[in-house]
Amino acid sequence: MTDVIVTEALTKRFGRVTAVDGVDLAVPEGVRFGLLGPNGSGKTTLVRMLLGLVHPTSGSVRLLDRPMPRGAKAVLPRVGALVEGPAAWPHLSGRANLRLLDAAGPGARRRDRRERVEEALRQVGLAGVDRRPVKAYSLGMRQRLGIAAALLRRPDLLLLDEPTNGLDPRGITEMRELLVELNAAGTTVVLSSHLLSEVEALCTRVGVMDGGRLVLTEDLDALRAPTGRVLVRSPEPDAVVGLLDGRVVDRDGDALVVRGDDPAELNARLVAAGIAVTGLTAQRRSLEQVVLEATGAGSDRVDGGRG
Amino acid sequence: MIRVELALMLRRRRVWLCWALLCALPALVAVLLATTRLAPAPGRGGAFLSAVVSNGQLFPAAALALVLPVFLPITVAVVAGDAIAGEASAGTLRYLLVRPVGRLRLLVAKLVSVTAFVLLAVLLVTITGYAVGVAAFGFGPDAALGGGGGIASLSGAVLTPAQLLVRTAGTVAYLALCMLALGALGLFFSTLTDSPLAAALGVLAVVVTSAVLLPLDAAAAIRTYLPTTHWLAWIDLYRDPVLWPSLRRGALVQLGWVTVAFGAAWANFATKDITS
Repeated sequence: MTDVIVTEALTKRFGRVTAVDGVDLAVPEGVRFGLLGPNGSGKTTLVRMLLGLVHPTSGSVRLLDRPMPRGAKAVLPRVGALVEGPAAWPHLSGRANLRLLDAAGPGARRRDRRERVEEALRQVGLAGVDRRPVKAYSLGMRQRLGIAAALLRRPDLLLLDEPTNGLDPRGITEMRELLVELNAAGTTVVLSSHLLSEVEALCTRVGVMDGGRLVLTEDLDALRAPTGRVLVRSPEPDAVVGLLDGRVVDRDGDALVVRGDDPAELNARLVAAGIAVTGLTAQRRSLEQVVLEATGAGSDRVDGGRG
Repeated sequence: MIRVELALMLRRRRVWLCWALLCALPALVAVLLATTRLAPAPGRGGAFLSAVVSNGQLFPAAALALVLPVFLPITVAVVAGDAIAGEASAGTLRYLLVRPVGRLRLLVAKLVSVTAFVLLAVLLVTITGYAVGVAAFGFGPDAALGGGGGIASLSGAVLTPAQLLVRTAGTVAYLALCMLALGALGLFFSTLTDSPLAAALGVLAVVVTSAVLLPLDAAAAIRTYLPTTHWLAWIDLYRDPVLWPSLRRGALVQLGWVTVAFGAAWANFATKDITS
């Protein structure tokens, strides 16, 4: 499996602020990659460097096997991007926006432009949109239009920064289904978000950024592997502690944490001993725990100094 | 990209408003002059204004002289200042660049669209000036005598309407070039900031600075190179014979400004971090 994104020691300083600090990122082809991190952790700057909008202070970027920003002309037509919110010419309709954007760059066949525009609008649920100018659109409609613009040239790689901003729960579900469908058809999807639930529901691999560094890259399944403990709920917690003495590591009211890999075995023992069980699951770390362990406070939190 | 850029410009209401205002001022002056017949004395008021009452065909020149000092530079500053900064503040700049539109190509497209704007602005003022002038003041006294509407040049010799047409076309081209120099400056300022307003004000600051320095003897050494110095050289097109040296020098200076400003815009924009 080849990597569609490779960065080496990628660093960007704005004056004295280091926004991205020595990031070595590799995103394999065909995954759904979630870039997580608190606000100001460098996600957006990283995405901008991948796309050649911001020039690295040092380090290198390869996108779809070409160096960026030198290979922009060859690579970017194969990449669909949503960077820091959608944007459109406000005095034109959504359709006119997509057509002009398509006509502005290279490699856009004129013949099937109308068809591609309509398909992109249909994919994001804007097929019936009228001739209203974009300035009259709701936040959710603008977001959908931004995603449609990213899909316009049927890209091999989708780079989406906060793709579900402004969407309602139904819209978020629709987008998730759309991205899974596109991914199944071969598109690599990279999305950055600070919404853990979104990444947890959609992605197969995550990277976590904090303070400009990439502090963790792992498959989601591995992160969420069982911890070797079982969560037990019982109306008779004392009886459970008595039976499983030594294996109970934590207790909070009727909820207990028991060491052991196999919930079935545990269940059998408890039932055999005549202890009622109301809940029994293998403990998994949530993505939230993983991320909180890996990161500090976001840069939008400003704590006072000592004393 | 150039076609897209022109389409975008022509669909902006602001652009049409600028053109409408540019044409409205001379029309207003024409109406006032026609109803009152109180033309300014020769040598006072705007250039050509004293002469238009006797011959409406000179009104395009008078109209251009009216909008040249303030109105035209303001509209050019607004439109050119918007070029890159407007896209940046709307967020569309980043989407154009990842589309991908090459940065040089984008700048060239913007310069072409600014050129189209100034050319159309000057042309529209000229055409409405002619229509309004002829409607208000007629073809001049000669027309009644079957003289074909000849016009006295500033040197006294009579110009035929055909000659006048050629000279008016020359005027349009020359003034468009003068305004393009401002437009290129606006484009440069537009790459420096994400605020279209700041870029437009920058252009106006240059115009004002140049106008302030112009009469100063202390600034004599740099006078030739100030952008506004040669703005009035087009009046020499209405002399007979035409005084070419001043026009040539003016055109060269303006071309110099276009080149320098566009070069500076390119130098700044080529490696700029787009964080808008």
